[in-house]
Amino acid sequence: MAVEKERRDFLGMALGGFTAIGGIAALGAAKKTWDPLPSVKAAGFTVIDLTQMEENQVTIEKWRGKPIFVLKKSADMKANERDIVVDGTRYHVSIGLCTHLGCIPAYYPGEHKFICACHGGQFDASGEVLKAPPAKPLVIPPFKIDGTKLVLGEEGPEYKELKSKNLIA
Amino acid sequence: MAHFEKATSIHDWLNQRLAIDTIKRVMATEYWIPKNINFLWAMGMVLAVTFGLLLISGIFLLMYYKPDVKLAFDSVNYTIMSEVGYGWLWRHIHGVAASVIFLIIYIHMFTAIYYGSYKQGREMIWLSGMLLFVTFSGEAFSGYMLPWGQMSYWAGMVITNLFSAGSLELNGVVEWIRGDYVPGDAFLTRFFMLHVLLMPLAILGLIGLHFGALRIPHVNNQDGEEIDFEAESQRYLAGDTKNAKVIRFQWDFLSKDIFVLGVFLIFFFYLVFYHFTFAMDPVNFDPADGLKTPPHIYPEWYFLWSYEILRPFPKDPGLIAFGFAQVAFFLLPFLDRSPNVAPANRRGLFAIWFWVMLIDMIVLTVMGKLPPEGIFNTIGAIAAWTFIGLWIALPIITILEKKK
Amino acid sequence: MNKEIKILIVVVIFTLITYFGVEPFAHSQMHKHVEGHGFAYKDIPELKAKGDPAKGKELVTGAGACTGCHGLKAAEMPAPMDASTAAATYGVNPPDLSAVGALLDEKFLAEVIKNPAHALKVEHKFSDTKPHPMSAFMGAGGDLDQEVADMVAYLKSIAPKEISPKEAYEMACGRCHAMRYDKWTQLGQTPKFKYEKDELAYKVKVLEYQDHLTKYMGKLPPDLSIIIRARSADFLETFVEDPQAQLPGTAMPRVGLTAEGYEKVRQHLEAVGDPSKPARESLGWKVILYFVIFTILAYLWKQKVWSKLH
Repeated sequence: MAVEKERRDFLGMALGGFTAIGGIAALGAAKKTWDPLPSVKAAGFTVIDLTQMEENQVTIEKWRGKPIFVLKKSADMKANERDIVVDGTRYHVSIGLCTHLGCIPAYYPGEHKFICACHGGQFDASGEVLKAPPAKPLVIPPFKIDGTKLVLGEEGPEYKELKSKNLIA
Repeated sequence: MAHFEKATSIHDWLNQRLAIDTIKRVMATEYWIPKNINFLWAMGMVLAVTFGLLLISGIFLLMYYKPDVKLAFDSVNYTIMSEVGYGWLWRHIHGVAASVIFLIIYIHMFTAIYYGSYKQGREMIWLSGMLLFVTFSGEAFSGYMLPWGQMSYWAGMVITNLFSAGSLELNGVVEWIRGDYVPGDAFLTRFFMLHVLLMPLAILGLIGLHFGALRIPHVNNQDGEEIDFEAESQRYLAGDTKNAKVIRFQWDFLSKDIFVLGVFLIFFFYLVFYHFTFAMDPVNFDPADGLKTPPHIYPEWYFLWSYEILRPFPKDPGLIAFGFAQVAFFLLPFLDRSPNVAPANRRGLFAIWFWVMLIDMIVLTVMGKLPPEGIFNTIGAIAAWTFIGLWIALPIITILEKKK
Repeated sequence: MNKEIKILIVVVIFTLITYFGVEPFAHSQMHKHVEGHGFAYKDIPELKAKGDPAKGKELVTGAGACTGCHGLKAAEMPAPMDASTAAATYGVNPPDLSAVGALLDEKFLAEVIKNPAHALKVEHKFSDTKPHPMSAFMGAGGDLDQEVADMVAYLKSIAPKEISPKEAYEMACGRCHAMRYDKWTQLGQTPKFKYEKDELAYKVKVLEYQDHLTKYMGKLPPDLSIIIRARSADFLETFVEDPQAQLPGTAMPRVGLTAEGYEKVRQHLEAVGDPSKPARESLGWKVILYFVIFTILAYLWKQKVWSKLH
């Protein structure tokens, strides 16, 4: 009687375990259903033409649904290791979302700084933090320099260098 | 406030608050089922699992489907079928399950008719089951609208036209149902609501009623024998499981259910992956076009028998016959005048009634798909009259039936 | 047990009868079978001469006047007009001839040069008063059949050795049939635009082309994104081989594909309209195997449970 009961339990557990394996496989398929669609991933590249930019003016582009700051630095603005240099001109390019809680800071050209209206955070013209609450500088998106164009979404050699020096964020 | 003691385990904690032990006994381990049954008794479980597959695959489809006449077709046939990870799998499961569930429903229904499980105290089980059939039919029809293909559009057009009630010409009613002069965006979105929210809720409620209605009369058995469940369950619990006429729902009945389910799922997934055109008709892979009728419009196979009853008759009698066909099966417990609960082969003329009805339904189904020409028309008309004749004959032959 | 097998057999038989009646039988009654001929084009005579590609080149670029309307990218000769202007002028954009030598049947090519409306099987649409936009080649002074054979030989000589399914579709179908799931319109592959204004301007160009095409054809040729699931394999093959056999009176021309050419087109239709087919076929048997094992385990467990009940 005891042996019989054990054998039945074993078979039942084998069936239960096998069913669970199927369930986990189904969950794996379900997970993939939520993955970003190929067309979304393909749309994840933006080309920015730098030739029309004005000095000390922030142009807002869009990349992966997020605002991107492109600031052409004038000669009197301080150079920074984070700058992107194209054709001798220095640019600050960053994701235009405050690293505190994600609002879009406004650029004040007179003061050469970004001020976030939500909680008063401030960044300089190179995206570095001037005033809390943000703790980290504005994030530099992956980019590639293509002549006088910037391709966002691709990791070019200059981006990789900034990344290795921990300057992208 | 009831008295609570310090719990000795998680089980005990839950038990003191929710009486989970009692629930388990009442719903599972001491829910007594007759032993004298065959694999057809597993169709209820197969239906529940297939409905579960429809719910789950439907939930995934719902994440990407767009209920808008301009977006619906491509949201299904492009986004879901080629972009979404495993989207094609959920769509194939959903389409095939929607068709196969009706095969199981008909098997389940005819099992009940054969064994007399609709009478002598089991009328509510039958009626709640018939309501489930009607609700599932509505769910299937509304679901078929959603891809907004040619068949979606023209089936919507034809079926809503029925509500003009023939010579009554209730065109206002038809426009109100559509929310437009023709099936359009308002039509699509309201059927989307019905398909995704209202009817699934109704189905879940009716399943609850159906299960509840089973408890007092108990599940039937192959001989229609009236079992003393008190006595037999006592015999089982005393240890005489071999001679007791009852078995536990969990795990005796369920273990066989699960085996039958396995066989079903082999067949089901074969269809999902390799043989699905019967459920995903090519005509619906043409986007809806209100200015072009497909050469052949037909409903899904499970609606063909009642569609065929409409066809042989002129306009108004056709609608009356069609209306009768929808409610006829509800009347079964009341038109069957015999008190005998027994398999059909032991009920004299009822056995003939059963097989003629089954064959007649199949003939009506096949004729409903065929173009209404020549000999198909004749056979269809004979089958439609046979259907009506069978229901008129039922009270007569059951009154004449000898008592068991 | 015996009884249950009998019941199962009865259920299976009735199910199969219903299935057979509702599917194979009913569909055979609704769609009469059309016999295919493997792209043999028996109504077109065989080429009567062996062609000389060099002479053919002279004719194609010279007296034959082909390059007056048709581009020849393989020989670095662009089309004289852009697609939109061509559609406005002729109703349809004349195809580039680079790949026709490889994709189309040589008998068909010879015939279409000599008598376009006849080869394309659109004589029911054109007449002497309303001629086909492509004028028939009457000869350049020598033996007509030899000259035509030379032109065909030239076209075959310049055709690329490797043609992808997508290129085959573009050549044989793409000038009339869009494929939105592949971002293909009659004007070609839709470019990515940064500004909505440019995107809409392009859409307008496409719509204008489609207007000319609709006027020329009578109806806009349907988008073929999902045609592979909207028609049976049999229908598609016999339709492309001879449109009149499946839809008498249709405006669609016979395009003259070889069997291999059609197979390439079919592969593209499948890649765009049924891209999950490889995944479906590779996952299917695994899922079925899983449930076979599941059923065996369930059966063994059920036997154990019921051993104390029988």
